[in-house]
Amino acid sequence: MRMAILDIWTVFWRDWLVLRRRLAKFIFSRMVAPLLYLVAFGWGLGRSIQVESGTYLDFLVPGILALNSMNISFNSITPVHAERVYHKSLEEYLIAPIWPHAFVIGKVLAAVLRGLISSSIILALAWAFGTQLMLTPLFLLVLVLNCIIFAEIGFIAAMKVSTYEEMSQVNTYILLPMSFLCGTFFKTTALPEALRIIIELLPLTHTSYLLRELGAGGTASAVSVAVLLIYAALCFWLCRRAFSRLTC
Amino acid sequence: MIEIKNLQKKYPHKDASGRNGWKEALKGLTLSIRSGEVFGLLGPNGAGKTTTIRLLTMQLLPTAGAIYYGGKELYAHARELKNLIGVVPQHVNFDQDLTVGENLELHARLHHLARAEREQRISELLDYVELSESVNDGVRRLSGGMKRRLLIARALLHRPRILFLDEPTVALDPQVRRRIWAMVQSMAADGVTVFLTTHYIEEAEALCDRVAILNKGELVAVDSPENLRKQFEAAHLEDVFLKLTETRGAV
Repeated sequence: MRMAILDIWTVFWRDWLVLRRRLAKFIFSRMVAPLLYLVAFGWGLGRSIQVESGTYLDFLVPGILALNSMNISFNSITPVHAERVYHKSLEEYLIAPIWPHAFVIGKVLAAVLRGLISSSIILALAWAFGTQLMLTPLFLLVLVLNCIIFAEIGFIAAMKVSTYEEMSQVNTYILLPMSFLCGTFFKTTALPEALRIIIELLPLTHTSYLLRELGAGGTASAVSVAVLLIYAALCFWLCRRAFSRLTC
Repeated sequence: MIEIKNLQKKYPHKDASGRNGWKEALKGLTLSIRSGEVFGLLGPNGAGKTTTIRLLTMQLLPTAGAIYYGGKELYAHARELKNLIGVVPQHVNFDQDLTVGENLELHARLHHLARAEREQRISELLDYVELSESVNDGVRRLSGGMKRRLLIARALLHRPRILFLDEPTVALDPQVRRRIWAMVQSMAADGVTVFLTTHYIEEAEALCDRVAILNKGELVAVDSPENLRKQFEAAHLEDVFLKLTETRGAV
């Protein structure tokens, strides 16, 4: 067990080393998109939109948190694709006497860290814009689960696709539609029934629901938490499988 | 020390008409490599040399066959046996986001070296390959010869008992090639078993106690360079190599 934790730490340490060197750049670059969302949709467009639970800005911030943590976690792990296909540096981990799942867990945790740093920046900006969210341990758990799920999806893509172009297609066909349709900018009840059923099956929808409800001081839906846990477990299994198949 | 029994590897492959099938990269290789010897694996392009090294170092799963290190089956004792192995790959596979020193530290951590030992080994090996001045440089800034030397230093960090070198001197100038030969000879003198693949026959003659010749995934000869020359009545090992690989290629 001690060795497994040590191996996970080693994989995580490598990513932390790279992040630490670029931390200021990372933080500033992560401020741009949420700042634009808050200004454009919160101050600009949001002034003319009424929602039941308060201002549109209060409604919007949990959605931005959900989609931003999704994007950052996914994109933080995709360099593994270059390590596998172009630099071949993944071979170092294949020949090393480490616990077989340490690589997956270490990489996912490093991407979760980046997702959480980015989420903290959004919370600070949202607070500066006058939004108040109830930050509870369950709120944080949902955010972490969302980061885990999309880091895992990024890892699977990094193991499976061959080119940079295919990698960006994952972004276009999976992440981009979810960014707009999964209850981030508007309630899913506004969607046609058939589309809504599909959207309800996606993890980001449940993250948006949960963050909005918990941020407003409400209670968490057990079904939504269960959906996120199932996605996290299923994607972890797929990550392990994809990594072990590198040697086939 | 290394026993290879009926090792086979097939890859998914599309034939000329576009039909899916399998390509046999290795067709039942059986070999024994003695402890402490320098063993060379020769063969033309596509003969299966790199596939053999990747199978022996657990970067690939065999389709069939078995590998034993000191009597222990490789996959049954994977983590234990990985500690015995050092690998110098054909291509440069450093972590491009890390410096020279950080690449070595990552390797040392992956092989569970304690902090004091890590620092000592990194310093020793950077001295050995004459790269101490470059410890804080990004690996992208190194020349081809420096990268090769760093690959060797990295492979030796955890004191492996078996060292795999895949085309260690490919595309290097004669001076660097001779330095790498000297390093290989010094490792062998320290009792490390060296398994190398090469395109350069003179390299195999200079370094190897025994060589095996692979052609199209099949073993066609294995013996000392001297015995092979005698057996085939050839002045040079290169003549033996050409005779065996060209004849087989024409069939």
